[in-house]
Formats: sequence, C-alpha cells, structure tokens
Amino acid sequence: MVLTPIDIKSKLARILPTVQKPARYIGGELNQVVKNWDSIETRVALVFPDIYDIGMSNLGLAILYELINDRPDALAERVYVPWNDMETAMRSAGIPSFSLESKQPLTAFNIVGFSLPYETLYTNALNVLDLAGIPLMNVERHEMDPLIIAGGHATFNPEPMHLFVDAFVIGEGEQVIQEIIDVYQVWKRSSLSRHQLLISLSAIRGVYIPSLYRTHYNQDGTVNRIENLVDQASFPVLKRIVPHLPPPPTHIIVPNIETVHNRVPIEIMRGCTRGCRFCHAGMVSRPVRERSVSEIIQAIDTALKHTGFEEIGLLSLSSSDYTHISELIQAITDKYCGKHLGISLPSLRIASFSVDLMDLLKESRHGGFTLAPEAATEHMRNIINKPLSTEQLLDTAHQIYSRGWTTIKLYFMIGHPAETMEDVKAIADLCKAVLSQGHKAIGHRAKLNVGVSTFIPKPHTPFQWVSCDSVEQIQSKQALLKQELHHRDIKLTWSNPKVTLLEAWLSRGDRRIAKVVYQAWKNGARFDAWQDQFNFDAWMAAFDATRLDPSFYTHRSRSLDEVFPWDHISTGVRKKYLRDDFLLSQEFQIRIDCRVNCFACGILPAFAGLRRENPGDSWSCPEVKSPPRVAMTGVS
Amino acid sequence: MQYVGHLDLHHSWERTFRRSGLPLAYSQGFHPQPRLNLACALPLGFTSQCEILDAWLEQDLPIEQIHEMIANALPPGMEVHSLEIIDLQAPALQAQVTSAVYVITFLDEIPDLDDRIQRIIDIDHLPRIRRNKSYDLRSLIEGITILPQNNGGNCGIRVQLAAREAATGRPEELLDELGIKFEATHVHREKLILASS
Repeated sequence: MVLTPIDIKSKLARILPTVQKPARYIGGELNQVVKNWDSIETRVALVFPDIYDIGMSNLGLAILYELINDRPDALAERVYVPWNDMETAMRSAGIPSFSLESKQPLTAFNIVGFSLPYETLYTNALNVLDLAGIPLMNVERHEMDPLIIAGGHATFNPEPMHLFVDAFVIGEGEQVIQEIIDVYQVWKRSSLSRHQLLISLSAIRGVYIPSLYRTHYNQDGTVNRIENLVDQASFPVLKRIVPHLPPPPTHIIVPNIETVHNRVPIEIMRGCTRGCRFCHAGMVSRPVRERSVSEIIQAIDTALKHTGFEEIGLLSLSSSDYTHISELIQAITDKYCGKHLGISLPSLRIASFSVDLMDLLKESRHGGFTLAPEAATEHMRNIINKPLSTEQLLDTAHQIYSRGWTTIKLYFMIGHPAETMEDVKAIADLCKAVLSQGHKAIGHRAKLNVGVSTFIPKPHTPFQWVSCDSVEQIQSKQALLKQELHHRDIKLTWSNPKVTLLEAWLSRGDRRIAKVVYQAWKNGARFDAWQDQFNFDAWMAAFDATRLDPSFYTHRSRSLDEVFPWDHISTGVRKKYLRDDFLLSQEFQIRIDCRVNCFACGILPAFAGLRRENPGDSWSCPEVKSPPRVAMTGVS
Repeated sequence: MQYVGHLDLHHSWERTFRRSGLPLAYSQGFHPQPRLNLACALPLGFTSQCEILDAWLEQDLPIEQIHEMIANALPPGMEVHSLEIIDLQAPALQAQVTSAVYVITFLDEIPDLDDRIQRIIDIDHLPRIRRNKSYDLRSLIEGITILPQNNGGNCGIRVQLAAREAATGRPEELLDELGIKFEATHVHREKLILASS
C-alpha cells in the first residue's frame, strides 16, 4: 500500500518526539519551494545520501533545486537519510523514504536524483531506495518505478554503482538535468518501454546508461574491453561542462537547526590549473571558469537579503588563483564592513599573498589559518606536483602567527607514491619547525593543528596506476607521527586506515564491486563516512561472499597499458597525458601551473566548440585558433 | 518551528533581523553576539502563541516601521502579534516571567482522565527526581482544568505551571505523572505570565 502525505504526516507526529533532532525530518524552512503537486508534470526528488545536517550543505543539490523549481512544469523536493534512531522508527511505523517539502513517498516521484560526491555514501543510497520500497537493482524496475539517476564527483567512475542507477550524469549537471527532464516528459507522454527511455536518455551528451554497456574481463581479473551494446550509447561518454557558470543560487534554504556549513555558498571559480597529481577534483573539473566580481557581489547581496545568513563561503579549488581575488575581497570588505558578516575563504595557497588576503577579512577572523602543504619535503612535493619551498612555508607561517592568528592548521597526506619512513618523519619535523615560527612570533600562545589523511589513488588522475599502502604500513606511519608529534601545543588528527581502504576499493572499483556494495549493505553497512558507524567487518564479509580479493583493487600496481574499468568515461583529459604526468612524477619532475604553460591535457580539443563560442579570459585555457569544422557537402 | 530548540530559535531570530534590514545591536568584544533575549525557553516539540523577545536596535525607529520590517522577514512558522518599545532600564525578561499556561491535547482517548487529574489535584506533594535532583512537582502546579472535547474528538487539559528561574514546572513531567506518553500529546504554550502584568 502506498502511503499518502497525510498518512505519513500523522505517523510522523507520533515518532518525531521520540527521535534526536526531529527538525531534520520536517522541512518547512525559509526558501523551501512547495508547488502544487497535482498540477506539476514532472516531480524530481533530490537525494543527498547522508543526514540532513550534512546534505543541506551540499552546493550541487542547492543548484539543481533552484534550476528545477524555476521550471513551471517541474518540481524538486529534498530527501535525506534518516539517522539510525529515525530509520528504526520509520521501519517499525511503516514510513517509507519521504520528501521534506510535501511528505510524498519517494515512489511518488518521476525522477530520483542522487548526489554522489564521494564513495562512502553508496550504502546509504541503497538504504534510501530500500526504505522507499524501490527495487535496488535497475533491471528489476518497472515502467511505474521512478527513474534513478546519479551524479557528482564519485560518478566519474560509475561502475561500482552500475547495478543500482539507471542513468549517470557525468560532469556538470546544470544543463543535463533540464535535458533529462525534457526527454522524460516526451517518454512519459508516449507508450514506449522503460528500455526506450534509457535509449533516448543515452543520446544526451554526458549521460551514461550502464545497462547499455558490457565489460569483458581478462583471466587475471583486469578489464579486457568495454563494449557498448547499442549504437546510440556513445563511446566514450564525454563529461558535460557549462561554458559559463550560470548565476549562483541565491534563494538558499535556511535551516532551522545547525548544519555543517550553515552559510551562503558562493562558487567563485570552477576548475583548477595547478595539476596536483593526487587531486581528483583538479583533474575532473577542468577547465577553469571564473565568475566576474560584479556577479559574485550581486549574488552575495541577493542571497544575504533572502537568507539572513551571517557567513558566506567563497568556494573554489584554489581561491588565491581566482584572477580577481584581491579586487573581490576588497569589494566585499568595503561593502560589508561593520555588518557582522563572517567570510570564509578556504583553499588558499601557501604564500604571503594569502595572508594579505585574510588580513583584509579582519572582522571574520575567527579560528585558525589553514594551509595544505600535503607533503613535507620538496622532493615529495615534486612527486605529487605541489611544488613549494620549505622556506616559503615557514615564512608564511611566521607571517600568520605575527599577524594575529594563534592557530595554524596544516594538512598532510601519508601514503604518497614512493614514500619512505624518512618522508613521514619529515612531516613531524616540518610541523615542529612551523610551531617554532609561532613560538618566535607570539610565544606559547602559538598552537598547531595537524591533520594527516591517507592518500587514495583516484581514477582519472596521474596516480590511477599506483598501489596503496597496506593497513599495516599506514598504521606504522601514523604511529611514528603520534610519537613524534606528542607535544603540548600540537594537536594531531588522522584518518582511520580501514575507511581509507574502503574508499580505495570503491574509487577504483569495477562492475564486480557493485555486488560487494550490495552485499555490504545487506550485511548492515551504513554511514560508512562516519567513524563511529563504519563497519569494516560488513565489507570484509561482502568480499568473502562475492569471492573477490580486496587487495586486487588496492595493493596492486597497474601496468601502464592496463584498460581501466572507467576508461569509457572521459573527463576530456587524455589518458596519455595522465600517463606522461605519472612518468614525470617518477623522475621527480613537476609541471607548472598550466595557465603559464599549456601541457595539452586534452580539455581544449574536447571542448573546442564551446571554447570558440565563449572567448575571453573566464577560461584559463588558451583561445582556440583553428577554424570551426564545417560540414562539407558536395565534395568527395 | 515546533521542533526547533531554544538556541536554534534564537539563531532564527537573528537571521530574521538580518533579513529585515533593521539595525540589530551586537555586543562588544572579540565574538560580538546579537543583542536578543527570549523570555523563556520553549522545549523541543512544543508550539506556542505567546513567546516574548527583547531585541536591541542601534537606532530609534517608529514602531510601525519596525513591525512591518520584521513581519516581512519572518520565516514560515513564526508571526509577530504585537510590538512595543521598552525602557532600557526594564528588568530582564527571564526575571519577569512567573508562570506559563499550556494547553495539552491528547492524541488518544483517555477514559479515566477525570480520575487521573483529580488524583493530582487532591494530593499534597508529588515528589519527583529530575536530573538527579528531587523536587515537588505539585507545588509548581498552579491550576489544572479539563478541556471539553473539540471537534476532532481529542480531549485535553489546560495547566498553569510555575516558570520562575529556579522553579519551573514542566508539562512532560506532569504527563509522566498522569501516565500519558509525551509523544501521544501535543503541547501548546498559550500564555506567559509576567510579574509586572
């Protein structure tokens, strides 16, 4: 029996008083959009597969929410994952996954779109479907079931979720989502089969329909080739990008309870030109596209009027590389001085210029100053292509402490390719050197927070060929750091090596890993991103049950000519470029900022048409010089 | 706003003022805080029609203008009934509140409600322990009446409980004493009684 919103509301009235933070489940916030359900042709549920507190801070879904709701013929509503107490209460009361706006069950929507920015959300995504009573396997869904789509950075390798998702969006969703809705509407008015819908969707650039492809394996378990089963399914599937960033969302929903990023998010730039070899985002979000200062200021102004937020976040992968960053910060400071507005400017490069920028934001100077050297020696920073001299880091640290910050937060990674224990020891030495800069500047008020995560080789990056550290290796490196950084003024945090392993299995997983995800979910895996919820045994048992060897995915160097399970998905960056960059890393050679010197990664030819139609310096790529290809007729 | 806690409600008021464009005053110091003061925390899950908020503005403005600017900026689930300019020397709101009146509606029928209520009325002391402290709930109950069934058939009670700073009667404690589960009720705060009024 399908419950109506009225049924769901009356059941909720009884269980909400019994769960933690019931406001997670009621919606009704300022700026939520509630349309007349019955008069809207296409209803889209946007699901962030974690709890409200996390999902509300996701910019991707906020963008899609506004874009879809701007259409008169469609609506978008939000769905998040219930926390354990609520899930138990919902299951015992027979409440399915429901939307916050209308309290409609998920099955009442036409399209269900999942945001999958990282892999540890996969089991939660399955749980949302299960709680909704929607078949988990795409092959088991019928004409009446919602279309299940997914996008986000993790889906650049969609294969570990290929059994569950009907259609993946590869790349940026702003235009594709509209095209998917259009195609869906045409199909809905027809009497064609669900399979026909998938075929039509596959014609949209950037849409990947996993059921229209087959993977063939070699004896050793590596991929032999990937085959498209119908001609309409493009090969490879090239990601979508927007040539200009559309205006940022400004009617951000204002949560009534605390969320992780409770602020106006403004994306100032997309993409990055630095080419750090470990960085997935830097490779898959090329090319750089910037917003103008006036557009950003206008958006901030509108968003603050509509939300009343007391903080804005200026988001990008490398904020100090935004061409007009000084001008922007000056303009914001002039406009909002004395208005008690916090301005968060993450992702700053390690340079005195960044300290100058933060100095301008005096009013919002709360907390520490974060720097991410990622590795502690110049040698290792050359390997990962994040060149920086130790002197420059120490000099920047000194300036930060001298100019009024008492805490610096440093981010490092262990487990880089070819890392030795000396390299790890160097992290501790560098931390002590940074802290002693603080002691020199401000004495014992100086504090240092050190966050050490573990490197995970990601698909579509120059390090997609490398093997991961074993849990034992990671543990001994962490033990060394704990011992060396045992200091009154240093706070060290590190990541759970077993969670790292899970992310590593999933990020370079093939189609067979989908069965492991399914089995792990059946074994009770949920909230894998949560330290206290992560259930390693559920995953190991899942590998056992599916007779797959986890170390095949993690502790194996891939040969340079290996076909990867994600090779049919193109980010526009050529595999040859990545391979050359990988080989350069083995010779400790760097590639500088590609704004200075283009290394022909492949983005420009992949999107030459878009570039030609959108000249100017909002892209950091060179202009396209070749004339557009003209269809030749009458010439043989 | 039913499931919004006290601190979050405070935050909602700050954002309401920020949206309104009114010159809300902030405290001095390294972490300036908005100068807003709610009379009496409303527990999570309750609704109310009688919350009182003191807010300090940087500048004198006509009361009608303030009312209009606030009304236009309110989030769903909040409305302003009345506004007045107060003397800056007036005592803090928390110190003025003495009692609160709640209307408690029961989602299920309670056939022996009369008896249960009568037991409370007749008894001299209701010793209870809350957060490891013992107290007498009976002395905090200032009045209790049974409400006639409304159209929906749900019955309820109206209860006046002490709401002084060190002596606060809690509806959920009373419900527990009555043997009624909190989640099978709806609690609505109807009135705050101030010492001066």
